[in-house]
Amino acid sequence: MRDRIGSRRPRAFGLYVVLVFGALVMIGPFLWMVVASLKTDRNIQQIPPTLLPDPATGRNYGRVVDAFPFWRFTVNSLGLSLTSTLLQLILASTAAYCFARIQFKGREIVFGLYLATMMIPQQVVIVPLFIEMRNLHLVDTYAGLLLPTLVSSFGTFLMRQAFLGLPKDLDEAAFVDGAGHIRVFFQILLPLTAPALATFAVFAFMASWNAFLWPLVITAGSQTHMTLPVGLSRLQGRFTTNWNVVMAGALITIAPIVTFYAFTQRWVIRSVAFSGTKG
Amino acid sequence: MVGAKGWRKAGIISVFLAPSLVCLLAFSLGPMIATAWVSAHEWNLIRAPHFVGFGNYRELLHDEKFQRALTNTVYYLAGYLPLVMIGGLALALLLNKRVRFVGLFRALYFLPVVTSWVVVSLLWKWLLHPKDGVVNWALSMFGIHGPGWWTSRTWAIPSVILASVWKDLGFVMVILLAGLQAIPETLQEAALLDGATSLQRLRLVTLPLLTPSLFFVIIISLINGFQVFDQVWVMTGGGPAGSSTVVVEQIVKNTFSYGRAGYASAQSIVLFAVILIITAIQLRTQKRWVFYA
Repeated sequence: MRDRIGSRRPRAFGLYVVLVFGALVMIGPFLWMVVASLKTDRNIQQIPPTLLPDPATGRNYGRVVDAFPFWRFTVNSLGLSLTSTLLQLILASTAAYCFARIQFKGREIVFGLYLATMMIPQQVVIVPLFIEMRNLHLVDTYAGLLLPTLVSSFGTFLMRQAFLGLPKDLDEAAFVDGAGHIRVFFQILLPLTAPALATFAVFAFMASWNAFLWPLVITAGSQTHMTLPVGLSRLQGRFTTNWNVVMAGALITIAPIVTFYAFTQRWVIRSVAFSGTKG
Repeated sequence: MVGAKGWRKAGIISVFLAPSLVCLLAFSLGPMIATAWVSAHEWNLIRAPHFVGFGNYRELLHDEKFQRALTNTVYYLAGYLPLVMIGGLALALLLNKRVRFVGLFRALYFLPVVTSWVVVSLLWKWLLHPKDGVVNWALSMFGIHGPGWWTSRTWAIPSVILASVWKDLGFVMVILLAGLQAIPETLQEAALLDGATSLQRLRLVTLPLLTPSLFFVIIISLINGFQVFDQVWVMTGGGPAGSSTVVVEQIVKNTFSYGRAGYASAQSIVLFAVILIITAIQLRTQKRWVFYA
């Protein structure tokens, strides 16, 4: 604001220098990753490193796909993340509707349970969770991967806040017109919670797309249900010194999400920002 | 009449609330209680569990590995939290000025957040490779002989911190930027009219009004930080020679490699207690420094 008074150009210039430098620090590693994935085994160990692959080769991508069924991992990861996000949205918003709009005995106690679990990180319950899945014969199955991710107390809390923020007159008018809870929920209130839903969807999707510990533990047996992050971490063990191959694998795993982000970044960032001001 | 209405209400609750509540009990609350039960047993998950009472907890008191894991976790947080907060705040303040391409810069800084921890860990493991890594090569340009990073006992945790700060910077920036943009411009202008310097405005207007966002970020970072796992597992595997071990890594190894599920559960309970206490302290002290306008 001070730059209105004068000396605007030099200061703005300095600001851009800092911003561009910051952008290089954040983006440089990704570009370096692309370059590395195109280098040969000899070229990758060259010191000083060559700025561009010399010669460029696409073979590393083939080696990744030969070593591990990466397409299968991608389909697993995508399917799992989408299913989990969708179910989380449904479970959280329906439960939140009950907490915000329906009076029943013990409501506060039940909601208290949700708040209490907000403090329980999954990392802490991993041992009994694994035992439980083993008893249910769900180790190394899609259900085993999916089930523990379904309920999010953070999401339930966020959605309850969203419902509480809507005026009561809305549903009361609808009830007078003869609508039931289901119609009020789906047709009147839910569409109005879109910003909260979007925020929750972004968090839920990112969390399940990036999840590592639980998929690592529950899919340890085979590659059939393995997700991308776990597959990628295994790749490192196979190609210990071939960083070109590892980087090719890493690029394959981030390609879908980065493409999606490129088109939706405004919306993604707005959703994350929303959690900080409303959550 | 009332009966029918009551039944309808019960019907709605069972359709709307039951699925979520069942999952909550089965996959979160139930396992939490089970953790406490398992922690009182010696159990390799193959033979029947054997009751040992507080034996596992007593053993924890003398377990050097676990103590190192706790110390390392605190060390990680002590490095990570200030760096990510100051860095994120600096970026947010820069982007809050009326600059061009704000959207572009914001999107670029946020990019590491959407990629996974495994990718970021592998990427930095390679950038920090002692021999072939670009970081040590760049250092050598300045005549500095770079450290062994993740292969070194001293530098393993700093390597993890570096990668984590880089990954989370964009997240902190976005949350703080949203907080900054919620500050009414009239307040800044009033301070400007009163002759406040930009440093005074930052200290007396911006930062106090930003405290709710700062609080949000700190609480989330602390809860996540105590559970740090992915980066450590991929970058150092807890090594070299156990020098960078962290609590969750101990839990995983005890359960799945050493056949000590009961002992791992005791560690889980301790971790949970630590997170609970830290969060409780945060919530208690927030009145003193968090300013809700």
